[in-house]
Amino acid sequence: MTDKTVDARGLNCPMPILRAKKALKEIPVGGALEVLATDPGSMSDFDAFAKQTGDELVSAERLETHFRYVIIRRS
Amino acid sequence: MTDETAQNRKSLAIIVSKGTLDWAYPPFILATTAAAMDMDATLFFTFYGLGLLKKKLDLGVSPLGNPAMKMPVGGLHLGMPNLVAALPGVTAGATAMMKSMIEKKGVATIEELRDIALESGVKLVACQMTMDLFEFKKEDMIDGVSFGGAATYLSEAVKADVNLFI
Repeated sequence: MTDKTVDARGLNCPMPILRAKKALKEIPVGGALEVLATDPGSMSDFDAFAKQTGDELVSAERLETHFRYVIIRRS
Repeated sequence: MTDETAQNRKSLAIIVSKGTLDWAYPPFILATTAAAMDMDATLFFTFYGLGLLKKKLDLGVSPLGNPAMKMPVGGLHLGMPNLVAALPGVTAGATAMMKSMIEKKGVATIEELRDIALESGVKLVACQMTMDLFEFKKEDMIDGVSFGGAATYLSEAVKADVNLFI
């Protein structure tokens, strides 16, 4: 179960990251955010984002039509 | 946030010297992303970059003298000879084409990125010397902009982890 979902499908860099950050601020620390994206660069970007912010990327999946990420807010 | 984590925050400083539609993207993309990654970001707008702070943006892009500008047309990438690019209306046409590609590919507009930059605390500094040189008034610029000179930029740049000139 996630606390919130950001649908960034169809949006290009850097919008999936910017939308995800905005949503992360709206969930409690320890909460989980689901992000859906179609930007092929997002695989690398969400990994880099989580490494820098300290949030935890617990899942990064390549589905048939899009990517799905789950990030736990850690700070 | 404690004082200690505030001091450990990474930061980005960029000199923004160009004001065409294409060159407007890198500084705003990087500054908004830096802010999203918990970094402090400062954009210092000078010379032609200063126009990016105007209330009403009217950005353009020209293929004239820009042989790298090859637009995707029917699977090919086509450039334009300078002699053609110099004709009246070509800059407007190329700008319209770029804007339509931007929309189609889900790329944010500069207005959108600029709003997010302001919301997320990116510092936007207008070069006062350029304001005077090009006869801009403070009221021509969006709210939230501060004004300063080389020393203002350097005081941010000297402590920044990432410094760029665009």
